Amino acid sequence: MSADVLVSARGLEVHFPIRGQGLRKKGAGVLRAVDGVDLDILRGETLGLVGESGCGKSTLGNALLRLIPSTGGTVDFAGTDITKLSGRGLRELRRRAGMVFQDPFASLDPRRTVAQTVSEPLEVHGLRKGRQARAERVAELLELVGLDPAVAGRYPHEFSGGQRQRVGIARALAGEPDFLVCDEAIASLDVSVQAQVLNLLRRLQRQLGLTLLFISHDLSAVRHISDRIAVMYLGRVVEIGPAEAVGTDPQMPYTQALLSAVPLPHPALERKRKRIVLHGDVPSPSAVPSGCRFRTRCPYVFEPCDDVDPALQSVGAPGQLAACHLHGVVGTPATEPEGVTAKP
Amino acid sequence: MTAPVLEVSDLRVRLRTPRGPADVVNGLSYTVGPGETVAVVGESGSGKSVSVLALLGLLPARVATVTGTALLQGEDLLTMKPERLRQVRGPGAGMVFQDPMTSLNPVLTVGKQLVEGIRAHQDISKEAARRRAADLLGEVGLPDPDGALDRYPHELSGGMRQRVVIAIALSNSPALLIADEATTALDVTVQAQIIDLVEKLQADRGTGVIWITHDLGVVAGIADRVLVMYGGRCVEDGTVDDVLEHPAHPYTRGLLGALPDLAEPAVDGVVPDLATVPGTPPPPTDLPKGCVFWPRCPVRGDARCEHEQPPLAVIGSSAVSLPHRAATWCTEGSS
Amino acid sequence: MTSQPGPAASGARKSLRPAKPRWRETLGLLARNPTAAISAVLLVGIILVALFDEALAPAGPNDIDVGARLQPPSGEHLFGTDDLGRDIFSRVILGAAVSLRVGLLAVGIALVIGSVIGLLAGYYGRWVDDVLMRFMDMLFAFPAVLLAIAVLAVRGPGSGNTALAIGIVYIPIFARVTRASVLGVREEVYVRASRSVGASDFRILTRHVLPNAAPPIIVQASISLAFAVLAEAALSFLGLGTQPPNPSWGLMLAEGRGYLDLAWWLAFFPGMAIFLTVLCFNLLGDGLRDVLDPKQRTLMGSAGGENP
Repeated sequence: MSADVLVSARGLEVHFPIRGQGLRKKGAGVLRAVDGVDLDILRGETLGLVGESGCGKSTLGNALLRLIPSTGGTVDFAGTDITKLSGRGLRELRRRAGMVFQDPFASLDPRRTVAQTVSEPLEVHGLRKGRQARAERVAELLELVGLDPAVAGRYPHEFSGGQRQRVGIARALAGEPDFLVCDEAIASLDVSVQAQVLNLLRRLQRQLGLTLLFISHDLSAVRHISDRIAVMYLGRVVEIGPAEAVGTDPQMPYTQALLSAVPLPHPALERKRKRIVLHGDVPSPSAVPSGCRFRTRCPYVFEPCDDVDPALQSVGAPGQLAACHLHGVVGTPATEPEGVTAKP
Repeated sequence: MTAPVLEVSDLRVRLRTPRGPADVVNGLSYTVGPGETVAVVGESGSGKSVSVLALLGLLPARVATVTGTALLQGEDLLTMKPERLRQVRGPGAGMVFQDPMTSLNPVLTVGKQLVEGIRAHQDISKEAARRRAADLLGEVGLPDPDGALDRYPHELSGGMRQRVVIAIALSNSPALLIADEATTALDVTVQAQIIDLVEKLQADRGTGVIWITHDLGVVAGIADRVLVMYGGRCVEDGTVDDVLEHPAHPYTRGLLGALPDLAEPAVDGVVPDLATVPGTPPPPTDLPKGCVFWPRCPVRGDARCEHEQPPLAVIGSSAVSLPHRAATWCTEGSS
Repeated sequence: MTSQPGPAASGARKSLRPAKPRWRETLGLLARNPTAAISAVLLVGIILVALFDEALAPAGPNDIDVGARLQPPSGEHLFGTDDLGRDIFSRVILGAAVSLRVGLLAVGIALVIGSVIGLLAGYYGRWVDDVLMRFMDMLFAFPAVLLAIAVLAVRGPGSGNTALAIGIVYIPIFARVTRASVLGVREEVYVRASRSVGASDFRILTRHVLPNAAPPIIVQASISLAFAVLAEAALSFLGLGTQPPNPSWGLMLAEGRGYLDLAWWLAFFPGMAIFLTVLCFNLLGDGLRDVLDPKQRTLMGSAGGENP
């Protein structure tokens, strides 16, 4: 099993200090963007990561590539702990793991041509020697993402959003990475263009044997592209499992509510559907509730939720895990010291 | 049948741009009845947002030429004097935009903004207006409405801000509510709350709603009738069931096919690729001759496609009172 | 219904227009701004005059002809002659070279040192920012002329030292402008994207941050050139800058001051030269500010009429 794991996070934490105002600069608290995530991403799979804004999914994606430093836990990439990398090791990680960003209008340097943008990884890692060899590789990459290589000399403002996103994907692929993080890569695109980019990512993933982390708030898109889905809430993965299982038979009340809120383009179905309307807002990541972090909005909240922080446990389909006491109280008590785990 | 709240006919908007005139809206006609929700669907550049900005006189006259008629409760919005239009905007038509911060003044408290809006159109005391404002905030589901009155917009979450904007839009009990991508920036769970809210308020007050969105899922949930826009034209309209379940225009079909569907089961464990509409929508400065969609159309089943814009024609056996219409030469072979 | 990458690629092909190099686009936009365009043309003229001063000047700058002293402007002496009978037209032409050289040198010094300081402070932030910018604040706190006088007092007068003094005075201005611009660019997604593919700080700074942070710096350079020419005139006027008998506009102004009621042309023509040059640099700076603003660019140049 472990041979198949490409990226593995254990107890990963990204906490940001909150700057106080005036003289009280320190001690104003911490923002727990990622708060103890255990996650295995298997070689060659597409893992979808969903959650609402502020749940930490994007921070997690960045921390897995060490684009944001983690404050606790480990990230293992192909056998090395990247939280301790430096110099050459870090450069090699940058080549082997790429990122596709959300806004195709912001992610390309407006003053550099498509060729300059796409060949940057080649120059940085010395992958192709000489101008000619790099130009050939750039043409190859543009072709790969469905762009005419003749556009290499053009500037980003001459392209539509979908085309720019293809350029961004070509740049991410230039170093022949094993792992690609797509951070809301289709969120800024029109529906018909979203479909083009989704299909492209699926094709590339199969063709190049990529491992994909597809971060999105769009459950339908995640369900469409992913082999497995992980659901995040307030800095923690609260459910993970095969896409089919999580998409049709979620075991965590939050996932259930999220799924029921996704609007479907079927009027008859929509009229029949019962929506689980969650009340209130997501609590601030600087004031995470004790016990189960979802308890303040959960419709099924009961006694142990207040003080036992639920751990992921096997429920439902094979490979499906959910962090919820409804399936048996498992986890760490919030107040009591470790070792005296209560089980009523 | 009761008189419609809004009756738009042959609305056209031409914008002056550095690259020449852009025909952003080309002959749009529709009606919104009391308590009815009409969804206007389209991609960016389809003219959906411009068409409603034009209705409320929110386009700068310097660059926009608007023609046609738009009767709001019998009064033409397009020929109205600016002073009258300002009066109408509150009690006649309320508007909710995508980004709540664009409609809220960051340096005024929520209460001040609501009271201001109410007192601009109703002759009531400050105290009465404040009480009404608190009631409204309660009605749109803000916890602790009295406390919220003294909050500044930046102290509220995105969902709460959008509720405030809706409260402001509803503060003068408008006959028509226009929501332009009102839930696009919100999370799905919050979106569900807002949609529920609008549906409830609409049922209580009989407000007509124009819901502009690119999200066909939201349309299915909220709309009675749907109008699909492409290249500044309505290419298909009809009841939500007709348009979404039996789309007749190749563009509508393409749009639906391009949507990843949560309800769609995997076939032998493999989810098929999405059907895509190749290319991108045409810029309004450079609309194709003939059918607006033909350069991207996978069907092109008629000799006229490249030369003549098809009229919006009733198709199939749809009810006379609720016609299902599409602007295409290629109606046969609808799935 | 599966889709191929083909149609999308052909879509890409269709909607593209021929690429134009950026600097040509900038020039094109500048040409559409009449004041800036006229200023640019005039400045090119002044620079040409300064370059070919010896060839253009009808007389040597220090050809004394006491018999023809204090002559009013005439066909023989276009701008008249001064108290020693020197041809003012020739001296103004030769003064252009001195004034512009001092101005360019001063701004060059300030630009290079100031931008590097601003770049490092803005990009690295934290203590680098604190240390560098507090030092800049200290420099900034001195009255500009006083600081320049102090530098000249230490190094002695002369046009080279004048340029150095003015340059030092302007370093904090460029540091601040650059830092502010870099702070914005640093957070751009394309900078993060470049980091995500493994680009070094040096590469990011030189290939992405500096080019994108440049427009306000260029504008500042143009406006500072105007002030540098003025400062040179002021310092020369005080006797600290260019030393007689070398012609410099400021020095000529100072020398002509005593004859204002007697022979107005002594001070008038160098004064006009300063006025015109400073005005042109300022107007060009304003024009560049508009043209180099990316928002302006998309409004005027690329994006047609999508959603307004």
